[in-house]
Amino acid sequence: MKADVEPRPVADSAAAMAPGEVLLALDNVSLSFGGVRALRDVSFDIRKSEIRAIIGPNGAGKTSMLNVINGFYHPQEGVITFKGKRRSDMRPYLAASQGIARTFQNVALFKGMSTLDNIMAGRSLKMRRGFVWQLFRHGPAMLEEVRHRRRAEDIIDFLQIAHIRKIPVGQLPYGLQKRVELGRALAMEPELLLLDEPMAGMNLEEKEDMSRFILEVNREYGTTIALIEHDMGVVMDISDRVVVLDYGRKIADGSPEAIKTDQTVIDAYLGVAH
Amino acid sequence: MDLLYQIFVNPFAQMAAAPDLLVQTLWEGLVSGVLYALIALGFVLIFKASGVFNFAQGIMVVFAALTLVGLHQKGVPAFVALFLTILVMLALAYAVERLVLKPLVNQPDIILFMATFGLTYFLIGLGQLMFGGEPKVMIANELYLPKGSFDIKMLGGFVALQKIDIAAAVIASIMVATLAIFFQRTRIGRALRAVADSHKAALSVGISLEQIWVVVWFTAGIVALATGIMWGARSQVEFSLQIIALKALPVLILGGFTSIPGAIVGGIIIGVGEKLGEFYWGPLIGSGIESWLAYVIALVFLLFRPQGLFGDRIIERI
Repeated sequence: MKADVEPRPVADSAAAMAPGEVLLALDNVSLSFGGVRALRDVSFDIRKSEIRAIIGPNGAGKTSMLNVINGFYHPQEGVITFKGKRRSDMRPYLAASQGIARTFQNVALFKGMSTLDNIMAGRSLKMRRGFVWQLFRHGPAMLEEVRHRRRAEDIIDFLQIAHIRKIPVGQLPYGLQKRVELGRALAMEPELLLLDEPMAGMNLEEKEDMSRFILEVNREYGTTIALIEHDMGVVMDISDRVVVLDYGRKIADGSPEAIKTDQTVIDAYLGVAH
Repeated sequence: MDLLYQIFVNPFAQMAAAPDLLVQTLWEGLVSGVLYALIALGFVLIFKASGVFNFAQGIMVVFAALTLVGLHQKGVPAFVALFLTILVMLALAYAVERLVLKPLVNQPDIILFMATFGLTYFLIGLGQLMFGGEPKVMIANELYLPKGSFDIKMLGGFVALQKIDIAAAVIASIMVATLAIFFQRTRIGRALRAVADSHKAALSVGISLEQIWVVVWFTAGIVALATGIMWGARSQVEFSLQIIALKALPVLILGGFTSIPGAIVGGIIIGVGEKLGEFYWGPLIGSGIESWLAYVIALVFLLFRPQGLFGDRIIERI
């Protein structure tokens, strides 16, 4: 184990290795709730077409980070740049319309609706026919519905969930719910896909399936993916670059190999003897 | 023994003896049931999309009808007044979204519920200020609503079907069918259901809560207007009409708070049950049971099927 690797050099070498331009950059972002400082002066970037993992112990600020990126939280300080544009006052539905999709740590599906309807809901932004047409379900609105239905079916096939198309998702086991949630995010055809613990609570087989889906989405469609995950094996296998948070601070940033051997990271996870 | 006879045998003997009266009673029950269903529909729409029980639905019925009649009294032609009233309901939907819902977003449901109380008193005040508090006659003729009745000879007697009631039933059925399809099969309908299920997930797929709320409140406003016209045409447009909204409660309990077909079936069961109860069993305890029978039916239902006839089954993973 190489205990002498410092966080800073790791970041530099990683930057040199990863190809692609910067899709999203956070500069000196700080977020606090009253006295709780969830993020302190965090800077990192996500490059086009990479799989970027965000790891860290519980309460490190990982989910806060995703919430800042897709506009659920508004940081008090710092600058966020997405596709070269500085963002101000982001709202979740605006983030969605700019191409950011996400899944949630504790699955947030439309429980009363079927798998198919959940995935179709993901296409809301792509469907634009007016209220009146829809009311009569006729003409252009009907054509549009059919066209989007086909895309939804493609996603269902891809995720191998055809057998549960018509079942209300509230009745599905957890692993399948996570898959449906991924499907809904994919239906948005996002440029940046944020996955909050996509494999939490899954067994080995389900984890392998999910890893495969994530890799395929990344390779086939070139979708940029940022994911939070606790399973280090998975993180090291599928991600291109890893950023490590602890107590709201960034403590390391670099390739999986470098992170694995980073002393600060090891200390953060295992604790340091005093 | 005599009491049991009065309860379990005599009413049915009466029904068999005068089937024309039975048909008449059933018809009247059906019609008031359809109108209850319309009111319940207004509640269901808003409850589905925002999880809020809108106490103001009753006053919205009165307010819409009052605006229509009031505008006509001020010399606006009937159909122009109808159009203007629709615009007023749209403006109301926007105002509610801006001034009531948006500032209270993420608050517990009970806070939103209380806010609809506030809205109720605001609308009572506004309605009286603009159009006065005295009862008004619905402009049924000007809107070409039919009047009179069909008298049908059947079962050895006459059954009178009021044309306005038939019109009410037809209009209600069309509205219900349209809304059901709209909810089930279109993007906005899906978005409405999505918002009802999870706010944050809806936001994450790019559904704008503001837009959805305006759509639902406007739709509820239109339903209120239709209800107001029909009830107004059968009696009068007055503020006391808002208490019929309370009749929607047993209908909702029966049908399930989230189901459009449930609102219809529930409305009809309550309407028919009320009329039959009043006519055949009412005399036993000196009449007047129409006003509370609905709640009793609803209570009995709660014992056996708390989610209502068509309500979403409550699935809880433990």
